[in-house]
Amino acid sequence: MSDTTYTKMGDTTDEATDGGPRESDYYQTTEGDRVYDVQGGDWETILAPPTGEKDRLIVNMGPQHPSTHGVLRLIVELDGESVQSIRAAIGYLHTGIEKNMEFRTWTQGTTFVTRMDYVAGLHNELAYSLAVERLLGIEDQIPERASVIRVMMSELARASSHLVAIATGGLELGALTGMTVGFRNREPILDLFESITGLRMNHGYIRPGGVSQDLPQGIEADITETLANLRKGSTDVQNLLVGNAIWLGRTQGVGYLDLAGCMALGVTGPILRSTGLPFDVRKTDPYCGFENYEFDVATQTTCDVYGRFLIRLDEIEQSLNIVEQCLDKLKPGPVMVADKKIAWPADLTVGPDGQGNSLAHIKHIMGTSMEALIHHFKLVTEGFQVPPGQVYVPTEGAKGELGMHLVSDGGTRPYRAHMREPSFTNLQAIAAMCEGGMLSDVVASISSIDPVMGGVDR
Amino acid sequence: MSELDPPETPEGLPVTPADAVEIPLADVSGAGPDLVEVRVGAFGVHGSPDVSGYGGLINKIEIAGASERPYGSYFDEVADDLAINLGSDYNEAIEKVVVDRGEVTFYVRRARIVEVCQAMLHDPLLRFEMCLGVSGVHWPNELDRELHAVYHLRSITHNRIVRLEVTCPDSDPHVPSTTSVYPTNDWHERETYDFFGIVFDGHPYLTRIEMPDDWLGHPQRKDYPLGGIPVEYKGATVPPPDKRRSYS
Repeated sequence: MSDTTYTKMGDTTDEATDGGPRESDYYQTTEGDRVYDVQGGDWETILAPPTGEKDRLIVNMGPQHPSTHGVLRLIVELDGESVQSIRAAIGYLHTGIEKNMEFRTWTQGTTFVTRMDYVAGLHNELAYSLAVERLLGIEDQIPERASVIRVMMSELARASSHLVAIATGGLELGALTGMTVGFRNREPILDLFESITGLRMNHGYIRPGGVSQDLPQGIEADITETLANLRKGSTDVQNLLVGNAIWLGRTQGVGYLDLAGCMALGVTGPILRSTGLPFDVRKTDPYCGFENYEFDVATQTTCDVYGRFLIRLDEIEQSLNIVEQCLDKLKPGPVMVADKKIAWPADLTVGPDGQGNSLAHIKHIMGTSMEALIHHFKLVTEGFQVPPGQVYVPTEGAKGELGMHLVSDGGTRPYRAHMREPSFTNLQAIAAMCEGGMLSDVVASISSIDPVMGGVDR
Repeated sequence: MSELDPPETPEGLPVTPADAVEIPLADVSGAGPDLVEVRVGAFGVHGSPDVSGYGGLINKIEIAGASERPYGSYFDEVADDLAINLGSDYNEAIEKVVVDRGEVTFYVRRARIVEVCQAMLHDPLLRFEMCLGVSGVHWPNELDRELHAVYHLRSITHNRIVRLEVTCPDSDPHVPSTTSVYPTNDWHERETYDFFGIVFDGHPYLTRIEMPDDWLGHPQRKDYPLGGIPVEYKGATVPPPDKRRSYS
């Protein structure tokens, strides 16, 4: 937007007779244009400015708008239907997660970060846990099984997040069957999450030191079956949209952002890969043993919405392949670091009342060992101390590079936790993608950025 | 009795030294680890007679200080290339280099941050194409360096990550904006301004981004309370999180 300033002109006391803008009531910009502030009234009179000058409409799209992918407010300056300028206003979902984490223990932090980008909360938990582990210096003590479970859960979350991206993209562009197919395919992944972590969202499953509990018995068969269903469902999406003429018309050549633009704006993830650069943190800075898995980095060279859609489809495939490799790598063993000063007692079983409890552990601390009771109490109320310092741990989230900047002052709580959220960073590219295009393409561009406002605002 | 021994009350109970011992300010100037805080006692008890016996504990919080060469990994190469770019200004621009936990931090004097970023971006041997954003940290005990702006730079060409850190005093919270070099820092600098009150000079429109425009204060500073109300549960009252006992 130009550095225009607005000055209120005219008489503001009298009422407009027809509900439209009055000749006397306008804002004068420094460029000499007149800006009329209209609301309500009859559309005919609103559209016809009293002076007949060249008119531009500034429209607030959102924050309560079904096509803005969440509580995102877009301020669009329109000339007819073409977008002259567009700015995003965020902050409507700011919940102060980073500040809140400074008042909870390191283990409780997982519960908070999972609510940032809630569509793929497991990625946040993973980045946070890896950062705490690097601060503690216990990165190489994480049991193999825990790492494999982390990779598996993270890839399922990626597939789930991409399915939501495709589904909401379909919803916003009017391809409602795309939405139902996408959400239908995501459902079995959430069912898996529910049987593994106990919750469909906001899991708090990946913790500093490992994961909160082992996989339930016989889950491997469920995962195998789900993978088969997901592959079939993925084919449904492809049959529905990949060659669909309307879909192609809405997405091809739309939301163009090339490599130079991505670099300057810090854009990562599917948007960066749609420019042909195979950048993926899982390959460049492998974590959790990603170097031992075989997968390809999906790329396209179209730089547009359609390319990003194809990349997401491809990445779902790749993620399912990785989950399959995880099943082969799963060997019995512990899922939490051996250091009892860090590992929370969490081997829960479901009791007859439906509540999760660890009966063996309760018997141990309440019946046989007073020291165990003291240690349990200290660990749960006070937490553990983390040596002072700061780390930055990059991971590949579903939307791009998800980095955790974590600072410790040697206490039992994070001193400062900052998530480098790909949604937040990528959303800045909205102006570069949309200006000069049509208003209808704005919706397509947003859906291809796939911002989750919980992550943007934190 | 040394000066660090806790004094005693008339009843013979030691009081927590928090009330009695002069706590030195943070020291980040000298060589070796930086002392950022000194804590006394344990269990978060302050201001009441200490019956735990741990009230005399004095805990110095030190974070890694300036590192000596060789830094290891690719860090030496980056430092050398940066030195070639900045020439004789290197020692003036780079306050210190800290290597900790396999990560490198260049502490840059705030007047030189834009120049350093330009070198980092444009030199083919450095080529940090992407900035991963700005994060703030508030260290109220570090006299005249209370506010830190932390930048992470990523080089896709060389597959490297470095951290730049700039400090500024609370009384003069100004840091030059790096948006001219890394446009991605636009929103990140607005966020850091919003949460910490660091003013990024030269930013095109440094307004609040997460908080409402008319908000007072900068919420992620340590002197800004978390807020909250006591919650009653089954007859007992749970205080809000920032009023609960801190074990740090």
